[in-house]
Amino acid sequence: MNASDFSVVLPEVLLSLYAMLALVVFVYTGKDKHAVFSIWLTSGVLILLAAIIGFGQSAESTAFNDMFTDDSFSRFAKVFILISAAIVLVMGQDYASKRDMLKFEYPLLIALAVVGMMVMVSAGSLLTLYMGLELQSLALYVVASFRRDSAKSTEAGLKYFVLGALSSGLLLYGSSLIYGFAGTTQFGGILEATQVEHLSVGLLLGLVFVLAGLAFKVSAAPFHMWTPDVYEGAPTPVTAFLATAPKIAAMGLFARVVHDAFGGVVGDWQQIVAVLSLISMFLGAIAAIGQRDIKRLMAYSSIAHMGFALMGLASGTTFGVQAMLIYMVIYVMMNIGAFAFILSMERDGRLVSNIADLQMYSMYEPLKALCVTALMFSMAGVPPMVGFFGKFYVLRAAYDAGLAWLAIAGVIASVIGAFYYIRIVYFMYFGDETEPMDSHSPRRLTVILVVSAALMLLGTFFSLFGLEKLALTAAISLAG
Amino acid sequence: MSNLLSLITFIPLVAAIILALVARSDSESALRNVKILTMSATVFTFVVSLFVLFGFDPSNTGFQFVEERNWLVGLQYKMGVDGISILFVMLTTFMMPLVIAASWNVTYRLKEYMIAFLVLETLMIGVFCALDLVLFYMFFEAGLIPMFLIIGVWGGKKRIYASFKFFLYTFLGSVLMLVAMVAMFADAGTTDLVLLLDHNFGSETLSVAGFQIIGGAQTLMWLAFFASFAVKMPMWPVHTWLPDAHVQAPTAGSVVLAAILLKMGGYGFLRFSLPMFPIASDFLTPLVFWMSAIAIVYTSLVALAQKDMKKLIAYSSVAHMGYVTLGIFAANQQGIDGAIFQMLSHGFISGALFLCVGVIYDRMHTRDIDAYGGVINNMPSYALVFLFFTMANVGLPGTSGFVGEFLTLVGIFKVNTWVALFAASGVILSAAYALWLYRRVVLGDLIKESLKSITDMTSREKMVFAPLIAMTLLLGVYPALILDIIGPSVAALVETYHSNVADHWIIHSATSTASY
Repeated sequence: MNASDFSVVLPEVLLSLYAMLALVVFVYTGKDKHAVFSIWLTSGVLILLAAIIGFGQSAESTAFNDMFTDDSFSRFAKVFILISAAIVLVMGQDYASKRDMLKFEYPLLIALAVVGMMVMVSAGSLLTLYMGLELQSLALYVVASFRRDSAKSTEAGLKYFVLGALSSGLLLYGSSLIYGFAGTTQFGGILEATQVEHLSVGLLLGLVFVLAGLAFKVSAAPFHMWTPDVYEGAPTPVTAFLATAPKIAAMGLFARVVHDAFGGVVGDWQQIVAVLSLISMFLGAIAAIGQRDIKRLMAYSSIAHMGFALMGLASGTTFGVQAMLIYMVIYVMMNIGAFAFILSMERDGRLVSNIADLQMYSMYEPLKALCVTALMFSMAGVPPMVGFFGKFYVLRAAYDAGLAWLAIAGVIASVIGAFYYIRIVYFMYFGDETEPMDSHSPRRLTVILVVSAALMLLGTFFSLFGLEKLALTAAISLAG
Repeated sequence: MSNLLSLITFIPLVAAIILALVARSDSESALRNVKILTMSATVFTFVVSLFVLFGFDPSNTGFQFVEERNWLVGLQYKMGVDGISILFVMLTTFMMPLVIAASWNVTYRLKEYMIAFLVLETLMIGVFCALDLVLFYMFFEAGLIPMFLIIGVWGGKKRIYASFKFFLYTFLGSVLMLVAMVAMFADAGTTDLVLLLDHNFGSETLSVAGFQIIGGAQTLMWLAFFASFAVKMPMWPVHTWLPDAHVQAPTAGSVVLAAILLKMGGYGFLRFSLPMFPIASDFLTPLVFWMSAIAIVYTSLVALAQKDMKKLIAYSSVAHMGYVTLGIFAANQQGIDGAIFQMLSHGFISGALFLCVGVIYDRMHTRDIDAYGGVINNMPSYALVFLFFTMANVGLPGTSGFVGEFLTLVGIFKVNTWVALFAASGVILSAAYALWLYRRVVLGDLIKESLKSITDMTSREKMVFAPLIAMTLLLGVYPALILDIIGPSVAALVETYHSNVADHWIIHSATSTASY
């Protein structure tokens, strides 16, 4: 360990120092009086770090005896984690102030969760992996039950904690098996130990347990059970957060483990990931049909989307990683817009979340209705929306890798999924007249919604704003 | 001008954006401005498209007015027309002003209505001009969004059911096509249609999950494309979304659906299935033949039993599209000429028939055949127009309907006489249902109280029909107008198709002889 190690983890160190320092300062100066300031400050710090990482020119390097990797892949993931966390944080401010949730700790907990995510995507060993994962999860358990007086919120937090702990247990068990059979926790060492035709049973079991634990974190079926309940119960800003940044981190981690540690035995994990992807896509598409609560619906939608992202990963190629990254970025952008809208769904000052409350929304809010329509068609993967390109990339990756059956299953699932997305459009454009919702939503949310929807449309005309090339660089640094 | 095609494709979109951003809809005069702007945009598009038509050189069978620009993942923005596609572009630009004129009385959310139609026009023209696989798919699929909204927002009582059915049916068909496109991209390494047309996709027998697939990759891709185009066409037995969509859609929506959207299926067969997968097409021709023959007879019989005018015409559309698929897969000059001719003429005729229904629907607000009878007494000029298009639909010589049906039947007779026999029976059946419809609605005494005050067509309505009548007659007596333009391209298509199929058989028989 030396000074150069610390320069590699500088962003993480800075962010944790900021979180701890701010915690102390706010406690001694006025606590919740500074809550709004704390939100903006944290968000500013996150954006600043994103800029430092994104525009920084330092070479790819590792630190702490390869336990921590700083490469294009981790930078790509970190930039989008930081940006989405910053945006989502700001989105929740009005919600928090209206519902007495303006606590200065909230943004700082988010900041700590973000530190965890940054460690996750940079993990170079099973221990770093576990440390980042737990740091992220512990902060998230707390924010999920942030409305202490709401039974649903505490229930969500508890469920999330119990199931999260279970998945961490699985992950640790798998890690110990891998350590036992490979003799190391370093990804590089595992990669060397697995230069064989087929994995030994011990390593295979370890791999399966680790993948199951990771599948919990990305909420891929059949390890998805916590998702709808937590999404529904958690305060909406927290749900918005859960649906965005942690997903990039978890998928990034997933990609790291399968490529950095098990890149030599693609055939062994490919079928596991493909099956996870298949089940997720269908479960997400079918189970969402019965949902009336828009937050639960988004939960199932995210399960289905994770299925598509895993389809890219299942291909086991560089192009597959690239496709997965592009898919995740598009997914996060769509979800930020969708949650900006959900946060503005109010009637008489109360938050509503039933999709039937959207009846004839287009009559009194034509602009927002149009934006939500664009987002919904994008999620369904209908061209010319950008969401279509996300699907196109992963389908191509899967097909190129000989997983044509998965590609066909995926498009069928996307048709089933299209039903509930266009049902939202149906409610907004040709439902029955009902009592309208409040129209004076915060301007900030409207702007985010409009920008997100505009990106979904303009991305097509501007070649995804160069995202393709960035993702390619990131994918090459991971999968070669 | 090198970007003429982009111009006609995107003028309507620009107009739609102007409408969305600038136009207001709070007063009578503002609404009038919306209508006038939409009308001028569609007319302007038509005028510009005439430059394409007159600048087009029919003797050149390649693509003309080509524009090319790089885009994502090796995809490109490439537009161009050849003899097969140019007339579909013209059909679209020609029909749209009429559609807008027919919607002059719409008042419910007029601005959004006009925007939806303008966006739809852009997407429809794009489908026929796109020379990149994914670009084509984008235009093809995106058309679902405005049409979904048109049926859903401005439709009839069961519009929700109809719009969902329309969307999900077509979406399912086309995502399978998307997988095939991914496969083609992987196989040929390009999405450029011009290059793909020259690429030979594998046709060696494959074994998938224990099943022997004759024709190999071509057959699988052909089937995936078929899933999409057969739904769009629509062919029996996946036609059931069409009657629902037609009945529930507003008049203008039905016209666009019948006149243009259905033609995308036929265009797709001509652009993709025949030239790119000739061996698979050759293998699966009997399937298409019998599906079409069943479609013609079955849907004609179903049409006879309908009580709703729009539904009757919708089933008649399915039957007429059966001739188109027959003609295309007959794969000879007459057949394909006839199929294209039939598609264009059906665009005018079925569009006009839906407009005819719209005329009396606007007055009586019912499409029930039983609610009418004897309207000839109060609406003589309407009776005349309706009679003309009924006859054209039946295929009376002198109208364009006759030329299309005759050519396709000649084409199919040369290939398979039994199918031709069944298909020809459709001509008789179409006369039965169309004339019977005419008798029940128009002829007889005016005895129904509710109809006593019905008024004849206004001059605006007459003006909408005038160009359609002119085109139907003109093409009926002078079909060379169309055949001269499409002829060389079709001849080239037929020639490559047969030489490809012949090559395959030569190789095939050579290998099988060698194995003996």
